[in-house]
Amino acid sequence: MKIASYQELKNWQKKCQNNKNYKINVLVCTGTSCLSSDSQTLVEMLESALESHNLQVEIKVIKTGCFGFCGQGPMIKIEPDEITYVKVKVEDIEDIVENHFLKNTTVKRLLYKEPGQTKLLEKSSEMQFYKKQMRVALRNCGEIDPENIEDYVLNDGYFALAKVLENYSPDEVIKIIKDSGLRGRGGGGFSTGLKWELTRKSPGNEKYLICNADEGDPGAFMDRSILEGDPHSVIEAMIIAGYAIGANNGLIYIRAEYALVTERLRRVITDARKYGLLGKDILGSGFDFDIEIKLGAGAFVCGEETALIRSMEGFRGEPDKKPPFPSQAGFRGKPSNVNNVETFANIPVIILNGAEWFAKIGTKKSKGTKVFSLVGQIRNIGLVEVPMGTTIKEMIYDIGGGHPEEREIKAIQIGGPSGGVITKEYFDTQIDYDSLVEMGAMMGSGGIIVMDEDTDMVQIAKFYLDFIQDESCGKCTPCRIGTKRMYEILERLVNMEGSPEDLNSLRTLGRIIKDTSLCGLGQTSANPVLSTMKYFPEEYEAYAYKTKKTKYSIDPKKCVGCTKCAKACPVECIEGKIREPHIINESECIACGSCYEVCPVNAVIKP
Amino acid sequence: MKNKIMDMSTLDKRLLKELDDYINSLDGDKQEHLILVLHKAQELFGYLPQNLQLYVARKLNLSSARVNGVVTFYSFFNEEPVGKYRISVCMGTACFVKGADKVLERVQDLLKIQKDRISEDGLFTINDVRCIGACGLAPVLTVNDKVYGKVKPNDVDDIIRYYRGLENENS
Repeated sequence: MKIASYQELKNWQKKCQNNKNYKINVLVCTGTSCLSSDSQTLVEMLESALESHNLQVEIKVIKTGCFGFCGQGPMIKIEPDEITYVKVKVEDIEDIVENHFLKNTTVKRLLYKEPGQTKLLEKSSEMQFYKKQMRVALRNCGEIDPENIEDYVLNDGYFALAKVLENYSPDEVIKIIKDSGLRGRGGGGFSTGLKWELTRKSPGNEKYLICNADEGDPGAFMDRSILEGDPHSVIEAMIIAGYAIGANNGLIYIRAEYALVTERLRRVITDARKYGLLGKDILGSGFDFDIEIKLGAGAFVCGEETALIRSMEGFRGEPDKKPPFPSQAGFRGKPSNVNNVETFANIPVIILNGAEWFAKIGTKKSKGTKVFSLVGQIRNIGLVEVPMGTTIKEMIYDIGGGHPEEREIKAIQIGGPSGGVITKEYFDTQIDYDSLVEMGAMMGSGGIIVMDEDTDMVQIAKFYLDFIQDESCGKCTPCRIGTKRMYEILERLVNMEGSPEDLNSLRTLGRIIKDTSLCGLGQTSANPVLSTMKYFPEEYEAYAYKTKKTKYSIDPKKCVGCTKCAKACPVECIEGKIREPHIINESECIACGSCYEVCPVNAVIKP
Repeated sequence: MKNKIMDMSTLDKRLLKELDDYINSLDGDKQEHLILVLHKAQELFGYLPQNLQLYVARKLNLSSARVNGVVTFYSFFNEEPVGKYRISVCMGTACFVKGADKVLERVQDLLKIQKDRISEDGLFTINDVRCIGACGLAPVLTVNDKVYGKVKPNDVDDIIRYYRGLENENS
């Protein structure tokens, strides 16, 4: 069946509504994190249990994308009552079917409680984690069956496309996106509308529209969650963008590691073609557009647009100098427009709700919302979407729930290997493009890593530099050799073989690399080191002046003399009588951390 | 050595035929599809030995240097054989902050090999991977497609014992 006009789409939506004859929908999160905790088995068990009670005609089990609250996964949400069960295990299924569906009573033990509280929360919307969030890009994630095109259409899917093709000229579309203030969500934060305009104005009949799905920041999974949970929205946005810039060919460049997502995209694209939403004469408008998938092969630098284009052409993914910009000469030397997944996910809602609506969300220069993956030493690990301008404090304490063991959080790292740290003194900083850059960090693609007082910042910097070393493409010298030398210095410091002069060398090298590297990856590669050096100079000095403590010790004021540490110590270097403070013999301590792990009162001090 | 690289007779004919069919099925400029072709070749053969790279180069009318350049650039491609059980330790930041380096160390110690190497019995290979997106379960280790979450160094012993056990059962 081909849909050939706005009206036909409308009729189809009505028909989809009528097809929905289930009384109850059971939404099971099958995002990567929940899937890793066996949520696929939950789905199968639910289905067979429902069948054995003959309930499958009334109750439908739907596999959705990421709910976001990964720390509580696997999660199950039952509609229309919105009752949400957390940390569901295989052995809980029978209980849910027995009590919830047959006896109509809620399974209390599977409900969520805020930490330290006893009140059971039935609905996900009551959870602190969701209260300050605003889901725009993630609007359908966890709400619909991502592979079911009817589900998407029911949520006004493809209506933005139909509206565009029926009512707007390409220039009008570009104006809407420009007016909305949407900026690129992949890192730099360039105006999306302006980027489209540049590509539209570039001379030539053959143009390419590219979706950058090469999410490579360690600790970031926003784009993956969008593609998994709502792939049709990205497809729809790509068609709209193609129409705006005058391209008939779309390409999605996706990491080879995302094999499941790639399969899902292939199926979704086939479906869209079947209904005439991709291919020739889309929705009867005369506009042709189709999408091809290009696989990456594991190279972080390919997130940089010129490197990405080289890789799509079958070469090593080495960046090129700009200009010429991809908008002038990109894929196959033709004008090309590259946007990232999250940027695209915003487009359909902007078209449907209007530029003004979008521009009202956020701050003066950063409009809309941003998706973050919130990870590290934080209670509520997960995928979070907040309006721009939300403070870091709100993010980590209100939404994130603070430290899981109530220890002090000393800093966050934002922006991945290109970003920097922000310390607790600055947690009132608003999260938007410009405030973050001012702080020496950057938005990047949106990974936030929370670090507590035990985190060694020099080790963190070394970790990022190791990553950059590994991922540097080798084309330009400052990045290839400069980061290697920086890494060697850090290694020397960490092994207590460094000297105070090393700190100067690190700074100088960092600045030179920043000034002279060819691409964005190289120019920002020293950031993790420079930024940790700026905010935690004492941690570097402790290594450089060799005053760094390397052995564990016990705080006699906190120690209750439970003897657990002495029993756990593999080299038997902890002494003390029962109910009296214990002492670690530092000359024998091998710094294994066993005592630290077992201490019930946090009396062991980490070096 | 040179002859070994040039010698393509050791490659499985049936798999080569499958690779040929795949290349023939591709539309448009075949050279542009080099990375796709290499993905397919690795899927078929398990890894990309140099004679196979040369085969691909001839087939696509590219220089072997160009093909080898691409193979060595991307971390997804292996020039060495891969074990039956691929143990990957996630080294994303979330996992690192939660002690993934200790987990990797334990795996290396237990199997007595470094990362990116294959164990003597050909059963295991170890590598570190970038974020697999299961940060809620950090630190994470995967064996082929099976994900183990919240792994402590001591858990590694059990995990490896389990796969060794599978092998003993089979034999």
